[in-house]
Amino acid sequence: MIVPGLAVALSGTGLLLVWSATRTQPDQSLLVRQAVAVGIGLALMWLVSRLDLRVLRAYVPLGYAIAVGSLVGVLTPLGVRVNGQHSWIVLAPGVQFQPAEFAKLALVLALAMPLGELREGERRPGFGAVLTALALAAIPMALIVLQPDPGTLIVFCAILAGVILVSGARLRWLAVLAFGAAATVVAAWQAGLVRPHHVERLMVLADPASYASGIGYNAAQARIAIGSGGLAGKGLFNGEQTAGHFVPEQHTDFIFTVAGEELGFAGGAAIVVLLGVLLWRGVGIAARSGSPYGRVVAGGVVCWLAAQSFVNVGMTLGLLPIIGVPLPLVSYGGSSTVACLVAVGLLEAVRRGRASAWARDLR
Amino acid sequence: MVRLRVLRVLIAALMVTLLGRLWLLQVVEGGTYTKAAADTRTRTVPVPATRGQILDVHLRPLVANRSRPVVTVDHVTLGLQPGGGRAVLTRLAGLLRVPYGELEAKTRLCGPEVAQPCWPGSPYSPIPVAEQVEVARALRIAEHPRDFPGVSVELRPVRWYPLGSGAAHTLGYLQGEHGQAGLESAYDRELAGRPGSRNVAVDNTGKVVRTVEERAPAPGDTLVTSIDARVQGIAERALAGAVSRPGGKGAAVVLESATGRVVALASQPTYDPGVWTDGVSAAEYRGLPLHSSALQGQWAPGSTWKVVSVAGAAAAGYRLEAAYDCPSSYTVGNRAFRNFASADLGELTMHGALVKSCDTIFYRLADELWRKGDQALERAAKGFAFGTATGVDLPGEGAGLVPDRRWKAATGAASCKRAESGYPEEKDSARAAYLTRLAKDNCSSGGAWQAGDAANLSIGQGDVLVTPLQLARAYAAVANGGTLFSPRVGLRVLRPDGEVARTITPPVTGRLPASAPTLAFIRAALADVPRTGTASGAFEGFPFDRAAVAGKTGTAEAYGRQDTSWFASFAPDPGYTVVVVVSEGGRGAEVAAPAAREIWEGILS
Repeated sequence: MIVPGLAVALSGTGLLLVWSATRTQPDQSLLVRQAVAVGIGLALMWLVSRLDLRVLRAYVPLGYAIAVGSLVGVLTPLGVRVNGQHSWIVLAPGVQFQPAEFAKLALVLALAMPLGELREGERRPGFGAVLTALALAAIPMALIVLQPDPGTLIVFCAILAGVILVSGARLRWLAVLAFGAAATVVAAWQAGLVRPHHVERLMVLADPASYASGIGYNAAQARIAIGSGGLAGKGLFNGEQTAGHFVPEQHTDFIFTVAGEELGFAGGAAIVVLLGVLLWRGVGIAARSGSPYGRVVAGGVVCWLAAQSFVNVGMTLGLLPIIGVPLPLVSYGGSSTVACLVAVGLLEAVRRGRASAWARDLR
Repeated sequence: MVRLRVLRVLIAALMVTLLGRLWLLQVVEGGTYTKAAADTRTRTVPVPATRGQILDVHLRPLVANRSRPVVTVDHVTLGLQPGGGRAVLTRLAGLLRVPYGELEAKTRLCGPEVAQPCWPGSPYSPIPVAEQVEVARALRIAEHPRDFPGVSVELRPVRWYPLGSGAAHTLGYLQGEHGQAGLESAYDRELAGRPGSRNVAVDNTGKVVRTVEERAPAPGDTLVTSIDARVQGIAERALAGAVSRPGGKGAAVVLESATGRVVALASQPTYDPGVWTDGVSAAEYRGLPLHSSALQGQWAPGSTWKVVSVAGAAAAGYRLEAAYDCPSSYTVGNRAFRNFASADLGELTMHGALVKSCDTIFYRLADELWRKGDQALERAAKGFAFGTATGVDLPGEGAGLVPDRRWKAATGAASCKRAESGYPEEKDSARAAYLTRLAKDNCSSGGAWQAGDAANLSIGQGDVLVTPLQLARAYAAVANGGTLFSPRVGLRVLRPDGEVARTITPPVTGRLPASAPTLAFIRAALADVPRTGTASGAFEGFPFDRAAVAGKTGTAEAYGRQDTSWFASFAPDPGYTVVVVVSEGGRGAEVAAPAAREIWEGILS
């Protein structure tokens, strides 16, 4: 139960940070909404962790279809534009979700089907299986490019690379994937999907001082908030930068700046370490999984969460350009929180699946 | 599985990278970011100190502070409004019933390109745009904050002038937080106090969230002056009565003879300095009479100057009690210089020459001295400290002019140029012709000091110029036995707790170049002027038993205009010196002397 425990700790910390980030806002409903999301997520995590993966597997094609369908949906008038991205579907007033977050979950599970179910006598997924996986990944990735949502695309790529890696397929497939990614970037550039601000964000990274008030404002303010936290931080709810809303999107993609300012290096490092231990344990679960399917599912989840954590914290620390991905389990955002907690549930299910298989073998 | 181990190492490497970066930002470079955070988060707003009052000698307020509802505009907030807040200011202008342009001009920040009216203070300080706002209108603003972002109503101290336009030039005025003229400027540092500062936390929109640190302002010191508000009022009224022409110039000066302290300084034209608290428009500014006639006005002194000439004659060895012929005219060079009204007054001593104000005695005196090359009269003028500013504790004082050989030589070259070019800028053609003739004379004499120049100087005519304050200081010296003071308006500076920070004493700048008997002789002569002499008409029925007022009339010619009317007087008790001048007033005996009498009677009452 170590991994779910870590997830509970991280989402609890996330709630506190969201509380702090929104404490001086007139609208206090964000904290409540996040609390509800965490509650739903934890319940689903528990539920999924109890499931037999073989039972779950039966519903994967349906889940995949729904995920792709809703990714199409956001591009239709059903979708809502936020910050220039078509990322949301409104179910009812005030109830909306981000299909991309659930698509990550569906992608991990869907890719595990061709890659994690070896035929008799096969030691690694064959040509056909990998090709099927690539095809399954290509559809949602294309839809994400259309949104466009570079952050989610990077996470999808990480998931795809991760599952190919842990599935044991030939490593040349990773080379193919890298080539494909490069080709996609070129194609996106050609098609005009790369916006000027995507390029500028890379330039901000190279020269933050020159852009501190314009496009680089967000990055500069994030760094100021974190840097001013020092070793011990200013104390929860005592961050002046946070109170003054100097960091835009602070409760969502920039939640780590709240930890940096208010909890200091101690708190920021603790979050990184918690995530690290969770991922470390996740790799361990993949390694000890009795079935290739479990290993691929666990590996996919780990790569997803690892990529998203690194990209998120890396951008707030000025290591990476500003790419809009939430910090798993910590950032405000119902879809992301629920999807990540379910992913943790999957890890636990894999672990329990092996344990129950071991228990069965004993009997 | 090897690949999982690789994955694990990769993840560990990424996390360690993040930790390293975090350590760098927060621990290694933390200090830099802490400072950057403070810079983005806080603003320092000056908190104005309460300005010190200016009191009269009996501690009655001359300038005090009053709370008034003031409509202020926050420059920063206004700038954040769409269109730079034009809509807000337009609404505000409508409410306050003032033109938009006027309001807009007041909210501009002063700069090299921005002329008055503009705001000279900090952009973070609220800019007062309207005072004396009706409560109902002020409430409208307070009740509709959404219509008026950046506009607020606050009670703030403004300068209040209980005397109205009285002593306006002496007191000076404030612009922004700084004294611009008069005592407000001269004692600005002490009156201003030390402004405090408030360090406020702001959010990302610049809105103040809370106060981080406050340094309380230190209120300014109080200035106690030697001005007597009662005498000042009397002088103002007397002067206003004497200056009958609208916009006419004049001044009344009352000094304490023995100390050089200023008791009253009245100037015409004057204005109510209360206009400054409301902010002054460009048009109003141009129309304000900011020139102090008492300090900056310069006129030929006329016969009041004869006191100087008598002292000069004594110094040159003339016996004051000797009899001198006072014919109706005396020829200097080839020009006949006439007595006033061409009167032949027979033989007079210097006593009679002063009492009856004979001119021809002084023409002869000047002519004789000039022939000998004796500069006794010019030396006496310098000895009475004319031609140099008194050094009074008020800015912008005029220095006057004592023409002498050196001055004449210096102006000679300029005269030759003028003799050529004439005075094309002079609108009055008769005056232009007169000036050109003078320039030609002056040029042809090669800038030499001529007998005519000396004759003119001996009776205070021609090029000699004095300020009313200079004349008052000279007469005070005659009254006090010869001590020349640099007059002072300030008496004491009181700290906010009432302790005396410093006492101001008028410094002694010199002694009159006249012996005690000469000064006694002059005083005795001047004592007869209001009794039996030129001012006897003006002082008919005056209670000399209560105040033995002595004085001298002066009627100075001014080309193409009415004469400048002077009366310079003093009394042993009360020991004041009173000087009145009315520009274009006519004869000294008829305008300035009655005004001086009114002041003396007011003092006695």
